[in-house]
Amino acid sequence: MSGARFRTVALGVAWRSIHNFLMNPAFLVPSIIFPLFFFTAFAGGLSTISKVPQFNFPPGYTAFQFVFVLLQSAAFGGVFTGFGIARDFETGIGRRFLMAAPHRTAIIAGYGVAALTRALLTWTLLVTVALIAGMHIDGGGVDLFGLLALAVLVNVAATLWAAGLALRFRTIQAGPLMQIPVFLTLFLAPVYVPLDLLSGWIHALAQVNPATALLEAGRGFIAGDPTKVAVAFAAGAGLVLAFASWAVRGLRRAEAAG
Amino acid sequence: MSSPSLLMQVGQLARRSVTRTLRQPSQVVPSTVFPLFLLAVNSGGLAKATSIPGFPTHSYLTFALAIPFMQGALFSVMNAGTDLARDIETGFLNRLALTPLRGAALLSGLLAGAVLLGLLQAATFLLVGWIAGAGFAAGVPGAFVIVALSVLMTVGFGAIGLFAALRTGSGEAVQGLFPVFFVFLFLSSMSLPRNLIETDWFRHVATYNPVSYLIEGVRSLLVTGWDGEALALGFGVAISIAVLGMTAATASLRTRLLRT
Repeated sequence: MSGARFRTVALGVAWRSIHNFLMNPAFLVPSIIFPLFFFTAFAGGLSTISKVPQFNFPPGYTAFQFVFVLLQSAAFGGVFTGFGIARDFETGIGRRFLMAAPHRTAIIAGYGVAALTRALLTWTLLVTVALIAGMHIDGGGVDLFGLLALAVLVNVAATLWAAGLALRFRTIQAGPLMQIPVFLTLFLAPVYVPLDLLSGWIHALAQVNPATALLEAGRGFIAGDPTKVAVAFAAGAGLVLAFASWAVRGLRRAEAAG
Repeated sequence: MSSPSLLMQVGQLARRSVTRTLRQPSQVVPSTVFPLFLLAVNSGGLAKATSIPGFPTHSYLTFALAIPFMQGALFSVMNAGTDLARDIETGFLNRLALTPLRGAALLSGLLAGAVLLGLLQAATFLLVGWIAGAGFAAGVPGAFVIVALSVLMTVGFGAIGLFAALRTGSGEAVQGLFPVFFVFLFLSSMSLPRNLIETDWFRHVATYNPVSYLIEGVRSLLVTGWDGEALALGFGVAISIAVLGMTAATASLRTRLLRT
């Protein structure tokens, strides 16, 4: 009975959020166009980078950049959903959710389902474009499942991060706070070349950045040469657990604010 | 009583525009810090690109230092446009329309804040580049030419922002233009010289993209020295954008004042 109520609330919130972004081009278009654009600009404009001595990625530069853009779109799918949560609380819908839901964590779960649906839509288009562009995939089915699982972890972690902020601030003005740390974390990882080819301060930062492990493992999966898998999944799961606690505490703050 | 001179009209509006820009850290800070962050990330992440045969310099920082000037100019679309859109939304433009103010004074005055911001940005980018160890092949005179080109680009893109604000009357619509201009930036010779872009379609797009020539104009002074062709193309494109932007904005201003 209790599980059924939780599911009903989560699906109700998810349906509303999915309906909103599917029906509003202003929400839908950027989240789809931006990853495709980054993929086009990076994979097309920077492909000569693969000629740098010691750059060794057998599937090619398109696949190398595909993994980055996949994880980036996973993260930003979560951040954009955070914008939606903030907007819902700004307009008062969020407070009505709090009053109506017997299990309030189901509200976060519902937004999570919406974020994942949004990301799946983007990934479908991204994979289609990448295959049309001639991307090589050397990994097998299990590898690709691993890559997808990593992307899902990133999406869930980013949604929980953004939800925590949205529930604390309850205004869309918190948007930059949700977006900028995610943007910085992603771009301070080995985006253009493998970690070994970075040097100086960016190498030092990339080494301790959890996004590096996720990127390297993802690239290993697509190359059919799994690398740092345990570290990447541990980092992803750690982020999900930490941000789940962050989001639930944000929910308590929203409840306390009334 | 005679109406104030054109110079006085421009001066009054310019003072208002400059004050308004300086009082909005949300305009000044992101448009200066964000390009510097991307410069840091790109010059670190793409440093190895200099080992590609034919790359024109051994310092990717020097190569990439041209990009912040372009990004700063792109921010002027939003800054100038959003300010004017707010004036339209709050009815301030309607009140101005009741005064003997000339259209040319209005547009020039409104761009003053963006131009000042462009100057501040250009000085900051040059200073940061110099501290970080970027090369200046054309020396100190070259740095002044970079500032001049940068301000011209700011005027051109700022005028496009004014045009968008006058056409739409909405700050949100002006903000929505920003990603469109970023597409122009990313599909240019921003990250690699055009002759080293190996993807054919991308190289063609970069060749037809005017933003490539603006970046290459600034870059030539940092990497090559005094390259007449690159400078002529850079200034030519910047002047063309400014003229087109101001012409379109003037025509839209007439239409908007008639509408109101």
